Amino acid sequence: MKRGSRRPAPQAELLEPQLFPVAEPPRAYGQRALMAAMSLAVPQVPGASPESAMSVELLTQQAKDVVEGAFPRLWIRGEISDFKSYRSGHWYFCLRGATAQIKCVMWSRDQRGVPTAPADGMQVVALGQPTVYPAQGSLQCTIFAIDAVGDGLWRKALEEATARLRADGLLEPSRKRVLPRLPRRVAVITSPDGAALRDIIAVMQRRCPTVEIVLIPAKVQGDGAPADLARAIDSVTRWGQVDTVIIGRGGGAREDLWAFNSEPVARALAACAIPTISAVGHEVDITLCDLVADHRAATPSAAAEAAVPVLAEARAEAAAMLIALREALVRQVQRRRDRVGRAAHDLRVGVSRAAERRGARMTAIAGKLHALSPLATLARGYAVARDDSGATLGSITDFVPDVDFDLLLRDGIVRATTRSVRTADEDR
Amino acid sequence: MSYETDIARIETIVGELERSEVPLDDALRLFEEGIERLRAASAALMQAEARVRKLIEESDGGFTLADFES
Repeated sequence: MKRGSRRPAPQAELLEPQLFPVAEPPRAYGQRALMAAMSLAVPQVPGASPESAMSVELLTQQAKDVVEGAFPRLWIRGEISDFKSYRSGHWYFCLRGATAQIKCVMWSRDQRGVPTAPADGMQVVALGQPTVYPAQGSLQCTIFAIDAVGDGLWRKALEEATARLRADGLLEPSRKRVLPRLPRRVAVITSPDGAALRDIIAVMQRRCPTVEIVLIPAKVQGDGAPADLARAIDSVTRWGQVDTVIIGRGGGAREDLWAFNSEPVARALAACAIPTISAVGHEVDITLCDLVADHRAATPSAAAEAAVPVLAEARAEAAAMLIALREALVRQVQRRRDRVGRAAHDLRVGVSRAAERRGARMTAIAGKLHALSPLATLARGYAVARDDSGATLGSITDFVPDVDFDLLLRDGIVRATTRSVRTADEDR
Repeated sequence: MSYETDIARIETIVGELERSEVPLDDALRLFEEGIERLRAASAALMQAEARVRKLIEESDGGFTLADFES
């Protein structure tokens, strides 16, 4: 399409205000618009008569020139609707007011400054160039920048990045590593001249002066900050001579903290081989770095406190452990001694009980024996007759006349001879 | 051997000595190990004052530490 083939520009100087019904043309109307409007009134231009009817192409082209000439790039406030992202990367949507709307296009090359694609319903201000799209004869805007009213667009970008990190498992609580209790070296990734570094050094040296602090300087805000932070994390991982990593900055406005919401930074931090503490400002906002770090501290000072113990307390703990260790050993020995003591006592008691039992039985048996002893009977005045073989002569039939036998008495033996025997009945 | 493995091991040893009766030889061996680890852990608490340094990455990919004046 030929562009401005009938450009009326040269006649501009000839314009007379009275040619227009409106004395004061709207200020927004630019010079070219005036010229275009005037051209309709000039007989020799196309479209003034059926014979000189204007082509649609020419009309739309001229309308485009008029509109573009009339409006500079300007900020438009409205609500996003009918948002579509084409495979080419270009975005098509409408900006809508309460009773009006305008079609918009945003080329992919212009989208770099936008954190993420806006969503339908989002209130935005957009920098655009009003123009006419000849193929559809429609008024539209070419958009160069979009800012969500409020922080809608940033929040959406953050939510999307968070979802991606979560999908990759980087937000799993099980990934959180325990921080070393007494690191020898702590790396601090932050700005070399920020308040964060001063706070961290002050707190760590107060709590635990034996810990070495290694600064990895990095830009924490502005252009290039995300790349710098990611590079610093990567350096620490490759260096490796450190026990804990603190990454952070002092408090700031939300946009100042944005580098810590950068997905590449968060991924670098998640990949860090060393336990990490994030310490991003005093804001209530949680950054992506906070989400992936092993420990989140609200401030740089809090990060320093989390990183190192109070040395005096650690020393007291070690001293207490020495005592505990000794006492445990003493108790082991004590327990053993107690057991031996108990066993000895039990043994003594057992032996004496056994002896007592045995003694009682002996007495009983001895009594019985005593009772049964013939000597006891003799003691009461009885005598026992025994023949020479020692057999007791207990019946008259045992006695043979004129044969000697012994008669055992209490205090001796009598040699006796049987004269005669008679039965007990005969004796009666 | 890091500070917390030492501390954790000592805690285990103390617990073991307190909980159950172990053969005397084992008890003595555990005690000696505990003392040894406690010595190592205490050494970590007694290091000289450390400074603040700055990590510098060399062009060849190596790293050096330089003093950092804060």
